Amino acid sequence: MNEMMQVEMTVNGRVRSFDVAVNHTLLEVLRDDIGLTGTKECCVVGECGACTVLIDGVPMNSCLMLAVEADGADVLTVEGLATDGHLDRLQQAFLEQGAAQCGFCIPGQLMSAHALLQRNPHPTIDDINEALAGNLCRCAGYQQISAAIMSSAEGAGR
Amino acid sequence: MQSFGYRRPGTIDEALALLQEHGDAARVLAGGTDLVIELRNRWRRPKIVIDLKRIEELRPPIREVEGRLVFTALAVMSEIVADERVQLHFPALAEAADVVGSIQIRNRATLAGNICNGSPAADTAPPLLVYGAEVVIAAKNGTRRVAVDDFIIGPGKVDLQPTELVTSIEIPISATPIAAAYTRMTRRRGTDLASITLCCGVDATGTTRLAYGSVGPRALLVIDNSGVLADPAASDEAKAPVLASMFSAASPSPKSMRAGPEYRVAMLPVLGARALRTAIERQTRVP
Repeated sequence: MNEMMQVEMTVNGRVRSFDVAVNHTLLEVLRDDIGLTGTKECCVVGECGACTVLIDGVPMNSCLMLAVEADGADVLTVEGLATDGHLDRLQQAFLEQGAAQCGFCIPGQLMSAHALLQRNPHPTIDDINEALAGNLCRCAGYQQISAAIMSSAEGAGR
Repeated sequence: MQSFGYRRPGTIDEALALLQEHGDAARVLAGGTDLVIELRNRWRRPKIVIDLKRIEELRPPIREVEGRLVFTALAVMSEIVADERVQLHFPALAEAADVVGSIQIRNRATLAGNICNGSPAADTAPPLLVYGAEVVIAAKNGTRRVAVDDFIIGPGKVDLQPTELVTSIEIPISATPIAAAYTRMTRRRGTDLASITLCCGVDATGTTRLAYGSVGPRALLVIDNSGVLADPAASDEAKAPVLASMFSAASPSPKSMRAGPEYRVAMLPVLGARALRTAIERQTRVP
């Protein structure tokens, strides 16, 4: 029998109070308890970045974090990027640049890129390579992903 | 994942009481980048996990106390990289923290966890050895301090009892500053475990401190007091044999998949000479 604990967290702007099993990762709770399946499970050892979400604005691997550790935190998942059914500028740039091939890694790529642009609105290509080093793309679509982030940043105006 | 209990003490005393009660049936959780993997893979089967993140005494995670820079058990790599005091006094530690895993990992992984995990390839071990860092260990009956060099024992083994808690790692801000540089060898750029970790530091007395890891069961510290290595005027030819002798204890495993032992041994003096040059350059502008 799993030990349960009540937690409260803001997920994509909405405050939620609910019970989680203390041995479930944030990734499992987001996908299975809340039904936000945009965040992907892949390597589950913190190497691929498919499960990347922002915790209080900071990118982390949700597979390496217990859900109870996010008690009180502000969690942003890929579902929180669009507003009112409209993709945000970064998502639109991914679409236009053909950055998604199979698409599985893209939620994580978007979250790492979103975090980068929040703290550095005009990144260099080196900044992008460093910020996304923890997000693997097995289709090897890195050029298009970088191009999308660049074009999104340029669209933000200098 | 296997089931376990979860406790989140608000004070160090509460954490110690839990450790006292559960002993080796408890595991301490700080960043979790190693622990959660161990739990999922059932390499560890704790009855309870003790999360330190609600302990107010451990915040702020980086602070200056009586001539020492203190990194509490909650100090994560990205905070260490960004900290101006670390950049000023201990740039080699910032360099090492900056290459641990990816950004996602560095936002979560702690310095204390990196050392307590006992990995021979821990990036932060060589700079901590060079800078003469100490581990502060709390237990119910008091606190003890151990040099990092004595704390690290071997793969996965450190000088820590099940009832003890590492509360911080501290580096003295010395009157004789050590100018140091960190470097590593990996298979590829980006996220990778190191095949060699190496830190070299020199001070105004001519002492050279060299620490290297991932080439044996634990990171090693060797000290040269001859003054040859630290001498900016000494030739590379004069330094080479001294440097070579400092790597005599390297014993890389033939079983590692990251690099062959011959390659690692051949690259040690190359990395050593590079880090030494950078350290000497930095000595001209130590604080």
